[in-house]
Amino acid sequence: MADLKGKVDPDWCPGCGDYGVLAAVQKALVELQIPNHAVATVSGIGCSSNFPGFINTYGMHTLHGRSLPVATGLKLANHEMTVLVTGGDGDGFGIGAGHFVHAMRRNVNLTYIVLDNQIYGLTTGQTSPTSRIGMKTKSNPSGNEDTPVNPLTLALAAGATFIGRGFSGDQKHLTELLKQAIQHKGFSFLDVFSPCVTYNHDNTFQWFRPRVKRLEDDASYDSANWIGAMEKAMIWGDEIFIGKFYETTQVPSLEETEPVLEAGPMIRRELHIAPEIARQFVEELM
Amino acid sequence: MSQTFTLGIGGAAGQGVATPGDIFALIFSRRGLHLNAYNAYQSIIRGGHTFLTIRTGVDPVRSIGDEMDLLIPLNQDTMDRHLRLLKDGGACIYNADTIKPGEAAAGVQMCALPVSQLADITRNKVAQNTLALGASLSMMGVGFHVLEGVLKAQFGRKGDAVVAENVNIARAGYDYASANFKPFARALPMTDNRYAVLSGNAAMAMGGAAAGCKFYCAYPMSPSTGVLHWMAAHGRKAGIMVRQVEDEIGVINMAIGASHAGVRAMCATSGGGFALMSEGLGLSAMAEVPVVVIDCQRAGPSTGVPTKTEQGDLWQMLGAAFGDYPRVIAAPLDIGDCFTLMHEIFNVTDKFQCPGIVLCDLLLSEGRLSVEPKLLDFNPPIDRGEMITSNGQPHDEYLRYKITESGVSPRAIPGLPGFTHTVSSDEHDENGVLISDEYTNHAKRRAMMEKRMRKMTGIEAMVPAPVLEGPANADVTLIGWGSTHGVIHEACELLALQGITANHLPIRWLVPLHGDAIVDLLKNAKHTIIVENNYSGQFARYLRSETSFVPDGHIRKYDGEPFMPYHIVDAVREQLAGSATLSVPTHEVMV
Repeated sequence: MADLKGKVDPDWCPGCGDYGVLAAVQKALVELQIPNHAVATVSGIGCSSNFPGFINTYGMHTLHGRSLPVATGLKLANHEMTVLVTGGDGDGFGIGAGHFVHAMRRNVNLTYIVLDNQIYGLTTGQTSPTSRIGMKTKSNPSGNEDTPVNPLTLALAAGATFIGRGFSGDQKHLTELLKQAIQHKGFSFLDVFSPCVTYNHDNTFQWFRPRVKRLEDDASYDSANWIGAMEKAMIWGDEIFIGKFYETTQVPSLEETEPVLEAGPMIRRELHIAPEIARQFVEELM
Repeated sequence: MSQTFTLGIGGAAGQGVATPGDIFALIFSRRGLHLNAYNAYQSIIRGGHTFLTIRTGVDPVRSIGDEMDLLIPLNQDTMDRHLRLLKDGGACIYNADTIKPGEAAAGVQMCALPVSQLADITRNKVAQNTLALGASLSMMGVGFHVLEGVLKAQFGRKGDAVVAENVNIARAGYDYASANFKPFARALPMTDNRYAVLSGNAAMAMGGAAAGCKFYCAYPMSPSTGVLHWMAAHGRKAGIMVRQVEDEIGVINMAIGASHAGVRAMCATSGGGFALMSEGLGLSAMAEVPVVVIDCQRAGPSTGVPTKTEQGDLWQMLGAAFGDYPRVIAAPLDIGDCFTLMHEIFNVTDKFQCPGIVLCDLLLSEGRLSVEPKLLDFNPPIDRGEMITSNGQPHDEYLRYKITESGVSPRAIPGLPGFTHTVSSDEHDENGVLISDEYTNHAKRRAMMEKRMRKMTGIEAMVPAPVLEGPANADVTLIGWGSTHGVIHEACELLALQGITANHLPIRWLVPLHGDAIVDLLKNAKHTIIVENNYSGQFARYLRSETSFVPDGHIRKYDGEPFMPYHIVDAVREQLAGSATLSVPTHEVMV
């Protein structure tokens, strides 16, 4: 764990849900025995996007909403790296929603962890794409009117090959879920409840605790069943499920199907094009 | 300037302008002739009006010129619009069944082809094109076997029957012309040279490949899409990862991610897509991760005229992304330069870990030019700058943004033990830790800003200053940038024939500009005119802002079509006579 401690301590508010997610990610990497130099953590912008600064891996702290394309480029150029993508609900489901959908279609082997607090924190408390209807924020003083995004059904519809939900308040469960997501070959998406203790007074740790139920406690739940996953993902109220909702191993990852990667990672290629190939390219024009 | 031969083929989109155009281009290049081709078209898949001009000659052909020797109208519209371009001694070959001849200039031969008598038009919808092709080559004095060989290559995939049908139709046109039409005064020349014919988009893609680009991504946008097409068709052989991405925001960020992983990465777009990329350009500069972006300018603003050319994006490039940061911007001078510039800009951006912009335009992107094959050098010098790519000494105190005199900090590639670090779009300290995380530190902020901006000094030393072309002490000095190089060169030659000595200062590197060198070159010029393809004189305003230099006059064009040589010649004469300081030539031929 010491190897994974960042250069500075997190500056999240005391009690923030993000501390728990950071600890679970570090624990998962240790348990999977992935050395820190083989990991890249890529984030967008927001409270939770400060994540790469607090974990000692290779990191990229990119633009608001753009973590997924950056991470995709990094992974496709060097697919030997384990690439984690972190960010918040505004970053991923608001400004970055387009990339989110296309990243799932593309099925690059990334693990996308959304630290979902249902509020914009770093900008001091505005409505987010996952804020509930009626939630009063600085940008919606009379209550949010927009239907919240359901990240899990969106991910299911977009073709993600691993979809799970975790809770910062259930460390052990979250660590196990992260390990499965990282080991999944393809795009894995984890929506993690990470309550904001400063600006979201509705969806607090206390609010989640009695509601959160582990899918793993139901032996009959089949995470290979897409329809079943859709049904469980629609449930929101007195019961909110966490765990692995869906996984398919039937869809190859992009790295497995992309012919140009048959010769190994892009970063190890000869810079110059072989003279014979270059000659062909010129002769085509003559 | 030696003799050239110019032909134009026009019709509605879908009538088959491209195929005879390709065949002519192939025949010219295989005869060892240079060529320059430009296709005027609209954003439509079927219909509208498409007009392809191909000009050929023994010497390099720098523009499509002012006049035509041969016109092949595939419909009435083309006859009506373009017949006036034919010069004395020229010819118009047309389908007498469907097209009424127009009023041509004196000495123009109107060649009516009785298409339905010569071919079975119920079987072959493009018979008129093939007949005209055969007739043209007969009149140019080219042996039929040359055309036969090209047709076999062109249609071979479709089987012997298709080849035979096309060869028979072409022969009917060839024989009819031999019997009924007067050949051109000069037969098409032939040399032992062999040239490659390519578009600017293919040249930039190939130049990138030659420079060691291993990651290319794009979103389709005219007129840049040709780069994506070349990359997609050749990426596997060239060992380049090629991806079509959901939008241009994703494009530049994906390229930056790949570049951070350690490969050379680039992308291409046009003005609208570039607007979406601008925040990413700032990320490249701040995180110090190099990226090369090609912008193929088209007429703007907004969706603008997607199939027409302009040099209207300069200020967008100069102002893209907020804040001050080091960047390079270069405009290729011609299609061959589209290839050569790529390794130069990759070397600069790698060495100085900053974004680089190739400012091309539709004229070069989609035009075609013959180039010496040896110019397409796939073994150019590659300098990746200060990179740490092997483990070496594990270094827990590695400073990704170490403050150095050059402003460049050695870049460790992710995956190496002992060099973990975070690159960031936030302002950061030497070790990559965000300054705002620690406390907002004005001294560190200033030091980091100065470190990044110091790179511009090194870049300026690495990039050549512009050079004056043509005679010293000329009556007039024409200043252009990027794609106007060829047409200004030709205008200078035409002016010389009229007794006016003209020289030419072409600007290739826009940032850094070498303003002092430019002023030194211009301070003794007798009369200076800036020529550019936009409304507001974007380069003139930029040059003035950097150097306080104000030229004597301006020639600008913003109707979507490129300059023709006579536009510049007439404007120079007008300005030297003192009757104008701003000339906006009218493009008389509607395309």
